[in-house]
Order: sequence, then structure tokens, then C-alpha cells
Amino acid sequence: MIHFDQVYKRYPSGREALAGVSFEVARGDLTFLTGHSGAGKSSILKLVALIERPTRGRVTVAGRSTTTIKPRAIPQFRREIGIVFQDNKLLLDRPVADNVALPLIIAGVPRKEIDKRVRAALDQVGLLGKERNRPAELSAGEQQRVGIARAVVAKPPLLIADEPTGNLDPDLAIEIMRLFKRFNDVGVTVVIATHDVHLVDRFDARRIVLGEGRVAVETPR
Amino acid sequence: MNVGAYFDRQAQTLVGSLGRVAEAPVAFLMTMTVIGIAVALPLCLFVFLQNARQAMAGWNDAFELSVYLSKSATPGRTNEIAAQIRARDDVASVRVILAPQALAEFRRYSGFGEALDALQENPLPNTLIVTPTPAASTAAGTAALRTALRAVPDVDQVQLDTQWVQRLIAIVSLLRRVVWLAAGLLGLGVALIVGNTIRLDIQSRRAEIEVMKLVGASDRFARRPFLYAGLWYGSGGGVLALLLVAIAVAWVSGPVSRLAHLYGSGFALTGIGFKPGAVVLLASALLGWIGAWIAATQHIRAINPS
Repeated sequence: MIHFDQVYKRYPSGREALAGVSFEVARGDLTFLTGHSGAGKSSILKLVALIERPTRGRVTVAGRSTTTIKPRAIPQFRREIGIVFQDNKLLLDRPVADNVALPLIIAGVPRKEIDKRVRAALDQVGLLGKERNRPAELSAGEQQRVGIARAVVAKPPLLIADEPTGNLDPDLAIEIMRLFKRFNDVGVTVVIATHDVHLVDRFDARRIVLGEGRVAVETPR
Repeated sequence: MNVGAYFDRQAQTLVGSLGRVAEAPVAFLMTMTVIGIAVALPLCLFVFLQNARQAMAGWNDAFELSVYLSKSATPGRTNEIAAQIRARDDVASVRVILAPQALAEFRRYSGFGEALDALQENPLPNTLIVTPTPAASTAAGTAALRTALRAVPDVDQVQLDTQWVQRLIAIVSLLRRVVWLAAGLLGLGVALIVGNTIRLDIQSRRAEIEVMKLVGASDRFARRPFLYAGLWYGSGGGVLALLLVAIAVAWVSGPVSRLAHLYGSGFALTGIGFKPGAVVLLASALLGWIGAWIAATQHIRAINPS
């Protein structure tokens, strides 16, 4: 699903975030990217979602080399990936249902179908009945679950999450991780970047540990 | 995406953009008012000119030349000259005003009756009022006629009474150009006002646009609500401009018809009319759209999630 081949990423500021990273994530895998902050976890996810492009090396997502994807084609490419952010990036002036519906509206799904799928996604994250609430009326954990519902509502084959539990207390964090595990159980490829090693230890999943912009340790599944 | 979903989405965005307008009505009204005034300025000038042209429509064929004969020309000679001029192809009619008749008229209208009594003899010459044919009622035609009449023996002086009408017509045609110039400049202004408003709008919604792009929105998708906002700004400004002009016309029409009445004319001020009004509305909506398009295309492209 994801293949990194000797990938380097140097930012305009001169900081070298990735210095020759190679790894592979197979279809249907649940993979944790760990490492201290600044190790390059976020950079990897940004390269996967084409928020950034590699300075050198090749990134392949779903069989396509990202270097061949022109800017115009990026929106279509991103619709195949569900992204969950640490700060959930919800639209605060819109109700929960609108936030979750956004990827479907963008994809041009008919309205009736949208309502059905939004409810299904909210049901999966345990927020059915909160459609009309504003994000600010929800707890931090609930907000993050809205973010996850938005990421999965269009049924993307790949789900990536950047520190999805970074703002949550441990109990909520485990709950969120179990949610990701459940999506992985139904065949979604999931990649989660987190610095929380203790949390990762509780899951039987593949782990890629980053350090100094390289893959330091890679555990098999 | 099927066609139904496409229109469904368009309609949603259209109404959604109106909803956003309702969220900040003061800012929207301010921008709309600025646009309305900008559109109303050339429009007022346009209405003024339309009316001036209408008022002057009857004047064009009212060209007359006054031919003053020399003092030595007798009434008989006067009639002879009148017949000679009447025979010309470019002359429609000739009216003869003999000196005593002219004096009587002058006495009646000028109020100088007593002063005239003091004169030994009639100072006024025999006069012919020459009206050219409609075909000859042009600047060149009347000038040629004037030259020809001057050459007739016993003609002292030929005066074109309506030269000022021609000057006025020339001024009006100049002003027409000015209207177009003003309309062009202020149209550009409208596009820029809308563009700037949309730019600020985009800046304040930057985070939202970033999120939309992250979940797969194209630039076109992110741009659409701003284009509709531009359309609302432009058409709202257009409606306001038409309203302002209608009020202005109503405001001055009373004094104008009183003035016309004093000149013995039944002239009444007319408003902008349905067709030009519709054109103004469309043009202003289009300018709003164009301004929004330029600003949104540029600034949304520049927003990239990081």
C-alpha cells in the first residue's frame, strides 16, 4: 500500500527531516510509526498525503509513485486516503454532521446517500445522535472521534493518523486506538504516528521506530 | 458524479453562500452599498443624457436662418429675393417679415416701446426667415446655405439662429463618451472592490479551506462559494444602484416638468427603462463574479495545507 524507497526530505528552513527512509506497509496492515518528536513521523505522513513532496527518493502509495501525480490530480488522490489530525481540524462553525459529510459533498455523493453514510460513520465511532451538535459542545475525545468519522466516511482503503491521541488522557487514547483497530479489522490499511510507546505496547501491531530521520527499528507483524 | 448531484451541490453552495452573507450582514451591506454607488454614478449621467437627447429630438429640424436685407431693399425687392430663395432645392420655406412688421413685433415683445418712439426712422431691415429642408438641416448643409444666401445681392447679413443647438448636440455626444468612460472605470472599480472583499473573506476562512483541501477538495470546489458571494455582491449592488437612480429621478422629475412647462414644453423626465435596467443588473452581477473569480482563483491556489 505504501512504499518508501531511500526517501530524503529537507525543508526550506534547512532542517533534514528524513535521511534515507525505506519501508513498506502492506495492504491491510496496522502500522505504528514511533519515535521522539522531530524523528520524522509527521514528515512521512505528509509525504503519503502529498502535503509535502520528497526531496529525493521515491514514495509509492496504492501502486502510484507520488512524483508522477500533478498538482491538479492531488484532490482526487487525497480522496483515497482518510486523514486524522492531532488537532482534529474540524470546522467549528458547522454541526458535526456537516463536518463528517464534507468528503462526501466534495466527492459529489447525492444528498440522500450522504445522510445515510454520515449516520453510519457516526454510529461506528459511537456518536449517533450528536449530528446537530457543534464541535465545541463535545469533549476532546468526542471531537477526535468526529475527526475519525470524517476520515472513514468515504470508505478510503488507507487511513493515516498523526498523533491522534496527543491531546487525550490515557483512557480516551486507548479507546481511540481500539477504534482504529476496528477499522483495520475490516480491511482498512492503517498507519498511526505516535510518540506514546506505552500505548503502542498494548496492541499487537507492526512498529516502525524512527530516529534522526532514519528507520531505527522495524518490528515484523 | 451524476448530473442531479451536481445541480444539488450547486444549489446547496448558492444557498450556503447566502447563509454566510446573513452571518455578517453589516459587512455585506457596506460592500453592496459601495458597489451600488459606484454603479449609480454613471447610471445617473446616462439617464440625464437619455433625457437630454429626448428633449432635443424636436430641435434638430428646427434650424432657421435669419436673412437681413440691406436698408435699400424695397418691399418689392424683398419679395423678389424671397421667391428666388424659395426656389432653391435645400430650402423648405421662406417667411417674409417687412421692416414695419418687425418693428411692431419688437415693440410688443421688447418693452422698449417708448424708446423706439424717440427714433426718427425704423432701424430694422426687411428680414427673411429661411427654413432649410430636413435633408439640408445639418451643420454642413446650413453652412453651405448660409454662404449661398450671403452671395445674393441686397443681402446684408445671414444669421444661423440654431448654432447653439448644434453645439449642444456636440456636447451631448461628448458626454456620451464620458458616460462610457466613467462606466468602464467604475466597472473596473466594482470588480476590484468585490475582489478585495473576497480576498479578505478567503483569508478569514483560510483554516476551513485548508481542511477542505486536506479531505480532497479541488481548488474549483473551494472557490465556488466565493464566486457565488461575488455574484450576490454584484447583483445586490446593481439592485441598489437602480433603486438610487429611481429615487434620484423621482426627486428631480417634479421641478423638471415645472421648468419644461414654463418653456411651454410637455417634456417629462423618464427613468432608466426596463431593458437598460436589466443590462445594468446583469453587468453588475457579472462584474461581481469576475472580481470574485480573479481573487478566489489566485488566493485559493496559494493556500496549501501544511
